[in-house]
Formats: sequence, C-alpha cells, structure tokens
Amino acid sequence: MKPVAFDYVRASSIEEVLDLLLEAGDDAVLLAGGMSLGPMLNLRAATPSLVIDLNRTAGLGGITANGAVTTGAMLRQTQAMRDDLLMTVVPLLAKAMPSIGHYQTRSRGTLGGSIAHADPSAELPLCLLTLGGEVELQSKDGSRRVAADDFFEGVLTTARQPTEMITAIHWPRRSGSFGFVEEAQRHGDFALTAAAVWIELDATGSLAGGRLGLGGVEDRPVAFDLKEFAGAPVDENLATQVARDIAGRTDPMDDHVADAAYRRQLAGVLGKRALMEAAGEAGS
Amino acid sequence: MTRLSGNSKHSVRMTVNGRAHEGYAEPRMLLADFLRHELGLYGTHVGCEHGVCGACTVLIDGVPSRSCTQYAVQADGASIETVESLADGDTLNALQAAFRNNHALQCGFCTAGILMSATAFLEETPAPTELQVREMLSGHICRCTGYDGIVRAILEAAGVQAEGKAA
Amino acid sequence: MAETEVPTDGSSGKPGRWPDRWIGKSVPRKEDAALLTGSARFIDDMEPVAGLRHAAILRSPYAHAKITSIDASAALALSGVYGVVTGEQVAEYLRGIPSVVRTPIRFMPIAIDKARFVGEPVAVVVARDRYLAEDALDLIEVEYEPLDAAIDAEAAMADDAPVLHDVAGSNVAGHRTIINGDPESAFDEAAHVVSLDFHIQRYSSTPMETYGVVANFESVPDRYTVWSNFQGPFVIQPLMAGALGVPGNRLRLITAQASGGSFGIKQGVAAYIVLLCAVSRILGVPVKWTEDRLEHLAASSAATGRSGTVTGAFAADGELTALRFRNINDMGAFLRPPEPASVYRMQSTLNGCYGVQNIHTENYLVVTNKVPVGLNRGYGGTQFFYSLERFMDHAARELNIDPVDLRRRNFIDKDAFPYETPGGSVMDAGDYQKCVDELEARADYQALKKRRDEKRAEGKLYGIGIACAVEPSGSNMGYVSLAQTPEERAKSGAKSGANSSVVISMDPSGGVTVQLDSTPNGQGHATVTAQIVADALGITPDDVDVITEIDTMTSPWSIGSGNYGNRFSVAVTDAVVEGADRVARKLKIMAADQLECAVEDVELVEGQARIVGSDKALSLTRVGTQAHWNPVNLPDGVEPGIYETTTVTADLDGPTPEDTVASSVTYGAIFDLAAVEIDAETGRITIEKYVSVHDVGELLNPKIVEGQIIGGFVHGLGGAMFEEMTYDEDGNFLSGTFADYLCPTAMEVPDFEVGHVPTPSPKTKLGAKGLGDGSSMLAPAALTNAVADALGRADISPPLTMPKVWRWLQETKA
Ligand code: FES
Ligand code: FES
Repeated sequence: MKPVAFDYVRASSIEEVLDLLLEAGDDAVLLAGGMSLGPMLNLRAATPSLVIDLNRTAGLGGITANGAVTTGAMLRQTQAMRDDLLMTVVPLLAKAMPSIGHYQTRSRGTLGGSIAHADPSAELPLCLLTLGGEVELQSKDGSRRVAADDFFEGVLTTARQPTEMITAIHWPRRSGSFGFVEEAQRHGDFALTAAAVWIELDATGSLAGGRLGLGGVEDRPVAFDLKEFAGAPVDENLATQVARDIAGRTDPMDDHVADAAYRRQLAGVLGKRALMEAAGEAGS
Repeated sequence: MTRLSGNSKHSVRMTVNGRAHEGYAEPRMLLADFLRHELGLYGTHVGCEHGVCGACTVLIDGVPSRSCTQYAVQADGASIETVESLADGDTLNALQAAFRNNHALQCGFCTAGILMSATAFLEETPAPTELQVREMLSGHICRCTGYDGIVRAILEAAGVQAEGKAA
Repeated sequence: MAETEVPTDGSSGKPGRWPDRWIGKSVPRKEDAALLTGSARFIDDMEPVAGLRHAAILRSPYAHAKITSIDASAALALSGVYGVVTGEQVAEYLRGIPSVVRTPIRFMPIAIDKARFVGEPVAVVVARDRYLAEDALDLIEVEYEPLDAAIDAEAAMADDAPVLHDVAGSNVAGHRTIINGDPESAFDEAAHVVSLDFHIQRYSSTPMETYGVVANFESVPDRYTVWSNFQGPFVIQPLMAGALGVPGNRLRLITAQASGGSFGIKQGVAAYIVLLCAVSRILGVPVKWTEDRLEHLAASSAATGRSGTVTGAFAADGELTALRFRNINDMGAFLRPPEPASVYRMQSTLNGCYGVQNIHTENYLVVTNKVPVGLNRGYGGTQFFYSLERFMDHAARELNIDPVDLRRRNFIDKDAFPYETPGGSVMDAGDYQKCVDELEARADYQALKKRRDEKRAEGKLYGIGIACAVEPSGSNMGYVSLAQTPEERAKSGAKSGANSSVVISMDPSGGVTVQLDSTPNGQGHATVTAQIVADALGITPDDVDVITEIDTMTSPWSIGSGNYGNRFSVAVTDAVVEGADRVARKLKIMAADQLECAVEDVELVEGQARIVGSDKALSLTRVGTQAHWNPVNLPDGVEPGIYETTTVTADLDGPTPEDTVASSVTYGAIFDLAAVEIDAETGRITIEKYVSVHDVGELLNPKIVEGQIIGGFVHGLGGAMFEEMTYDEDGNFLSGTFADYLCPTAMEVPDFEVGHVPTPSPKTKLGAKGLGDGSSMLAPAALTNAVADALGRADISPPLTMPKVWRWLQETKA
C-alpha cells in the first residue's frame, strides 16, 4: 500500500501553485492536510505525477471577518474550532465541527481540504451549503467565487477546474438559530446522514426562512429553502412535517452501507431533530 | 520553488526527539516509513497506512498527526516527537507509568500512537473528563484492551501531571 | 490495600516485603517497559539476514476466474525488480496442503490456474523495496476469464452452483452427522419442540499488527529459515515442511520478540511462510514481506460463517432433553489446516452449560469464493454459542419461562462435576447457579425487568438478553479428527494429548531464564511465568527472564506449541510449575549438601536457600552457580549445569469409535447479560448495561485476567454490532479498509461490569482454567438476544447495524 512515484513541490506562494497547475493540470493534486488525499495516494486511488504541497504556502491561512467571515483554505480544523470569533459568528460550525473525524485528524485536516474533497457525508460541505456560503477559486486567469449550491457536483466532484485552487471559504453571517445532528455507525465516522439547519424566525416567533441541509443522503450535500414552510412556530409537528416533506424530495443513495429508504428515513428524523434543536435554541 | 523528482531520493532533515537527523527519501515515502526504516526509530508503528487506526501518530511541531498520511519530504525542517522521546532513560514518564499501572496495553502495538496523542491532549486538556478522553481515544484502534485501562491510565496521568504542575 | 507490597521495578533490587505467593497478585507486567518506550521489536522492525529484498503480492480482483496468462515482462524490466514468481513456478516447490477431511481439495497459498477469492495471491514480485515492488505489481498483465461465483454458502450447496474445485465436483467439502445419546427418542417423547433458524456472519479479529515474514533459502545444505509472527499451532510446522518437501529440521521457524496481537489469526501466517519460502528458493534471495491492511482484511482469514437450525426437545417442566443442530459452515475457498477445527472445537461440549444428554449434530463444510476461514478469537465457540444461546432465549419465550429461569432449570449441578458430557468431555468444575446468582445481583435483574416494563409502557423498545457458555481450554490435538469418520480415523493414525514444553535454566551468574512455547501476542505470559517461577525458587518475578520467541532449531517445542485454545493458563503453566519444581528440587539438594542438612529441611525463600526455622542460609545464586563452576563437587546424582527441559501433556485421548472425545483440559464458564434500548426512528442501539460473570478458576494475575475479559468482550461487541467481511453477490470484497470494516473505538464500548465466581480446576496444578476467548464468544448472542427481545422477533442476525435494525422494525410494524 504505497503511492505511485510523484514529483513534489512545496509551494511557497499561491502564484507558484497556479503556475504548476497550469502546467500540470489534471496530473497534479493539491495536498492540504492529507486526511483524504493521503489515504487515496497510499491506496493508489489517486495516481498524480505531481503533488503540490500547500502546507507552507503563504496566504492560505487565517480568518477575516467583514460582512462574511472568510477562512483561508489551509486553516486547520482544530484552529478553526479554537477561534472564538469564527465559532461565535458561524455558530453552525461550532455545532458541527466536533463531529468531524477525530482529534488526531482535525489537528491536521483543513477546511479547504474537506470542501475540495467533497465527500457527500462530510460536515463542512454541508454547513457551507446550508448557510449559502461561497468557495473562492483562483487560477492564472483571476479569481472567482462559486456559491456552494453550484460547487458540489457529485461524489468527490466539484466545480473546481484543474487549473484552479481553493484559496478561501466565505461563511455568511446568518442571523437566526442553528441545529446540527448526525448519525454515524461509530463516533467520528463519516455520517450515515447528517442534517444542518439554519432558521430565521419573525417577530412573532414563527418560522420566516432559513435552510435545511442534508449530508449523506444524495451524492452531494443538498439544502432546501425553508421559506415555503414559513408562517407557523417551529414545534414538533411542524418540524416533523417539514423534514418529512423535504426528505421525500431527496433522491437518496442506495448502497451496501444503507439503502435509500433508510437514508430517507434518517433525513426526515435528523432533519426534524436539527430543526427542534434550532428552535429550542431560538426559544431559550 | 524546487521540484523534487519522484524517481530519486532527496535529502530530508528533521529534528526528531530533539536530535538532528538526516535521511534520504523519495517524495512518496511515508513519514512513518522514513522514521522507521530510514532513521531506525521503530517505536512508531504502522497499523493501516490509510489514516484510520492511529498507530502511527507522532507529534509534528507539537501537533498530533498520523505519520502514514504525511510524506517524509513534507516534514523537512520539522520537529518531530515519537514514543522514543517519552522516557528518561529507564524511567518511564508519568503517562507511561500510568499505562503500566493500569494494564493499558497488551500487545503494545497501538500504544506508541496513543501515548503521543495523549501527550498532546493532556497538554491542551490537563483535567479531562472521561468522555473527553474517550473522544480523543476514538481516533485510535486498539484490538486488545477494550480501552478501559487506557482511559483509566490517561485519567490517572492527568492527576499525576496536575499534581506535578501544582507543586 | 491489604496486599503485600509488590516490587515493580527490577532496578530497585530486592523488595522490602515478600509476599506469601506471587501467583494471584496483580504483578505489573514484565512486557510493558519495552513496549511503552518503543524498544520492543516486532517482525517488521527486523532485518535478520543480509541482502533482504522486499516482496509485494499481486492478488486476484475476481472472486472466481480462470487465469489464462500472466505476462510479467514489463514488471521484470523495471530497474530494481529482482523477480516475479507465479503460482505455476511455486507449484514446482510446493505441494498442496491437505486437510484431515477426506477430500481431494488441497490448499495452495497462491492461485495456479484459477483464482477462488478476491485477494487470493496470483504472483509475487520481489524488488529492492516495497514501493518499487508495488510499482511492478501494476505492470503485470494477467488475463482472467471470470467465472460465476459461489458466495452464499447455502446457495453454493445447490447442484447447479458454480463449483470452486473441479476435482471435488461439489462445494460440499465435508458432511458429517454425529449422534450422542438418543435424541430421536427424546424428540418423540418431548412435551415441547422449539426450533430457531440462525445465521452468524464472517468477521475477523484484525490485530493491529499485520502478518510479517522473512524467508531465506540456503542451498548448502538445503534449508529454509523463516522469521515471522506466526503464532502456531505448531502442529502446522510439519505440514509446512511436508508441503515444501523437506524434513522438519530443514524448515527453521523463528518468531519475533514481540507480536502485535493475534487472537488466533496469525495462524494464517503459515500460508505466507510456505509461499515466501518457495519464492526465496526460486529467486535465490532472502525475501521480506509485510502484509498491509488491505491484504489483511481481504485475504488473511475469516471466522467461520454459520447458518442453520437449532431444534430442542423440552419436557413439560422446561427440562431440555435433546438438541439437534444443523450447521452450514461457510469455509471460504479452501479447507486450510487446521480447518475444519473451528467446526469441531465445540463438538464435545454441545451441551453448553446444560445437562442435556442427547445431541444430534449435522455439519456441512461448504467452500465458497471468499477468503478461507481460520483461527479467530472465540474460534468455533462464537458460532456455536451464538446458535445455542439464541435458541435458549427463544425457547424461553416460546415456553413462557423467564430466560434465566429456563437456564437454571437445565444447568449442570455443581455436585455433578466432574461431569461427562454426551460428547465425551469431562468438565472439571463449576457452580453455574452461583454464577447466575452473581449475574442477577450485579445486573439487578428484577429491577431491570421492571425497567423494561416501564420503558415498554412508555412505548420504548427495550430488551434484555442472556447468554452463557463454557470455555474449553487446553485443546486435545485429537479433536480435529472428529471431522473424519471412525473408519477413516482408524486408518490415519491416532492423535491425542495437549503438549507443553518449557526450559528453565540458571546461568553461571545466577540469572534465571525461562523459555516458553506459547508464542504470546500480548497476553502477559512472561509475567505470569515469572510469578510462578518466583514462587518456586523464592525469588522475585523481576529476577526471572522469560524468553517467548520460538526457534524450532533451538527451543523446546512440540506440535502443541503456540498460542491458541486458551492454552497458556492451563497447559503451559503446568509445564512451568513442573519445571520450576524440578529446578527447586535440584537447588535444594545442592543447598542441603552445602548447608549440611537434610533436603527436606531446605526452603527457598527471599532469594536464599535456608534451613527451615533457622537463619542459616546461602544465597540462591551462590548455591545454583556451583552447578556451573564446581561440577566435580556436586552431590551424587546431581547433573552439572541447571537447564531443565520439561514437557507435559494432558491425559486426553483421541476420539472414540463412538465419536466422543475429551476436547479440552478445563472448562471455564461465562454468563453475560445485556440490556439495550433502541431508537425506533433511527435503529440506533444503546447498550444500557452489560454484565459478565466468569469462572476462570484461580486468577493467576487478576489485572491480566481483567484485561483479557474486557478485551474479549470488545471483540464480541464488534462482531455483534459492526464487523462483517462483506461481499456483494459477485464476490467483490466491500470491507477492505478500516473505514469499511468497523472495529469498536473507545466511544462504542459501554459500561462493562465483570464478576468472578471462581471454582478452582482440579485438572491444573494452579487451579486455573483457561480464559481469553471469554465474552468474544458470547456478546454476539447476548446482544442479539437483547435486540430480539426489544423488537419482539427472533429472526434477526448480527451485525446489528442501524439500517438493519430499522429495517426489521419496519417489517415488524408491517
Ligand atoms: S497506520 Fe497511520 S493511521 Fe493507521
Ligand atoms: S494493546 Fe494490542 S492493539 Fe492495543
């Protein structure tokens, strides 16, 4: 279980990375924390001719807050969790991130790496999508922002072009309250299904908007607008009905781990629980 | 920017357990393999090579990391700590002693990785709860002990260390 | 603590206070310091011979396929590649290994013209390093002609199923019925007959260290030397030598100093030993191979999968009068020796903890396109007790008797020991009623039942499961031949006994060393051995060095050697006690001579040979080293040197013409209770309580016993809840990584409470019984019983994953 031979560059600047990507394109992979790419290389599921190491590339770390909060692609998950600003301004992350992998993988794993990898069950893509965030991509031609709704295209497939790299993630500040619930067979595993919720309530305490996101159901995270359910307070009945309705619209994966009916079931149950968590928070 | 060719070995220097080391590695060489077979530090073990079991955990610049999903060239210039750094000669450190007292190991194959994780963890969380210890431990697989002794050992070591710090 | 202070540190010299006895104390382990400091050496840490090359193995991507051609030219052209060896080449130096079952199927460690499971070796590359060897694997072109695969064992028995071994003509490699007592009459007379279909999946013990082998062939004279983490049973050594076509003394097996867990599975290293021996011979270089995790999961060894039916006859009062088992055993692609031992290990204890005397057993051995089965923790016990104990819980429900009560009505009475089972075992000792008293008390069974009622009243799914087992330990080498008919056995030569060998020596500086034949993989054998020897010689465990490596050229070993069948605390300790007594006796004779007293008046205590009741004493070192330095003046009849080799065996004869056999030396017992709550919406199971009561006889080192018990439980927990070697219907393997094959982590382990009701064994010198399998044999039954109770249906099977549980719930609702 050893990787194929690859050339290696420890890139010191974004410029360097982009030059290399332009030259190598599909043959190059970007190495962030290595939590997903490392195993893929070792398993020879990825066989690049060039590995571009971003771990010492300048300009990819840090957290800045203007309107949205922007995190550098190479921000480590542990660093993010220890950042009070980020955890306060994007409370959904505070709820979701402890479920990512393990202590020993969060220490090294990055935000950008998880989003670029686009596992359909992963927590960070789900949160970004639910909040309606954006991914910032850069190439020699300049940079662009892609809405999370357009970024995740399928299992391990994203809108990133081979000559592009993720430089930053934009997390919108959302007012309202949040819920995150996931079920995995074992603690720390990729979720069988996860539900992330952001709800907005009007002055009377009734649901006004927000989104319900589901991971591990379809081949990519999916999110649904809650506006159409607006008008009533979020109680157990409404939560059940909303989540069931939304679950019914999904087209769940069917594989040896779990069949479609079960994933849809979890989508409904966890959606409800996440809604209730958010509502409970709003009420308190 | 240097592009290291995949087909040749390159000099890799790092500080391991406080000592400067140099070895040679192709870019694809796993850090775990480099530590073991190039530097002869066999205390770090490999249980899966795909980042799940935690046996290979070492501290890279103080951060607990799986050394099977890192490549040796990445650690050029880094400071690494492995299980060989823990004891003072023949004297086990508090964590190691707690492992021994609590029968926290049987075959000992998973132990090095767990000791390194726990070392970093206790630095950050000097007075953990059992649940915190179990959560941290869930990044490791041990097939022998059922984890009970390990949990007790880490909690005991936390007590020992806290006393040590207070004194 | 009231316990005598125990010195823990060799460097601290003599202890302040001496305990009466070291045995029975939680002496900290001798093994730990090296392991904790990273200085213990495992097989992958070793380069025992110069000029090592590294092997990688090309494996079949197909479950069943003809191999029409192999083109290795591109691989061979790669610089640094030393050679590529195919099955055809290997076959020139290696004969197929037969099983005791009379079938033409032979086990080969590499495919020749046909691949029979995903992961089966097809070619071996030898190169400068492992990275390069794997590059070469990618360059080998193999043409396969895929065939339909036989995956499900029951389906594989059908006449029109794809046949794995054309020479056999059928996938049923063996079929035997054994009848003990008169089950037919008992069924005729029964007041109630209850029956349960069951299935238990194939899973695996997956130790954290994988297989490792270094093989070196030397041609003058022809000799294979192998370093590996093979753990026995060494009964396989002559089979390996036979397969290689050399006498046993030309196959030298050396085990590594440390071994990273096994739970039986490292028996499977044997296949790679012979394979790499052949490769080393063909290429003329020493070869090292370290299995990677993918290889281990896909191709090392599985626990036997079993499905079938248990039927029981009950008298009106709930007395179990007869049992009938129909077992379909999923053996994987070959009957790889020592298989079908997994099927017959429990044959003479099919009564379990009960007094039932009439038992009918029918076993089918079915080959399928999956990895072969082999030793895995619980070996045969997991499967058997899963079927029996699921049946007992089910029968209790059918008969409307409390499941604990039904068992109590059928337990072997404590006064009935030694108890001869219908299968021929002589169970040594036990008090099962008392064990269950303890279980009920610890679990607060009555309160728990009330809690279940309350939960159910609230609409919750709550269940309680019970399971109990006997734990046979110290295996009779003869039991495996139950797979043969009495006529076949008569022809093939008798087998019996449970050998164990040990050497105890004192060197010219007074150092005491013990050499064991138990190839431990983390069970603390060195520590317990040192405790025993320390007691016999009046020294401390720190004074005793214990060598656990086996070198078949220099170590005392026998076909009984190895780490299996819970043999250490039963068979090996007997050899250690015997050997230590001999050394003590010799030292006393020498001391009596020097102290000028009668031998009977010498005691060995506190590092001295002392005249009882006096302070006249000599240091033990002083006495013992005379055997080296002053041999001429030894007392009459005392041999020079101190080097005592002891081999003992248990009085266990081979099978009788009636197919009965005493399969083991001791029979411990285990009683488990699980209580679970199920989340009806998600299928998540929460284990609220798990209590386990054990009779392990005397506890030689309580802390080590405790460690074995909880470790065994967590293996059983994994099998009950998560672990399965999953294949799709084409035989593609779906559990190839630790992200797919789910072992419990610290977060999945529930509170686990242990109780002890030891009844000392009269069969062993220290009164110990075996342990090690423990609740690994029972947790699948106890937990599945609890879930069945919660769901109100018996037709469920492990692993109890969330999607499955939820599915069962939907079916029950419908
Ligand atoms: S060997 Fe690195 S995580 Fe298993
Ligand atoms: S002690 Fe053996 S795997 Fe943990």
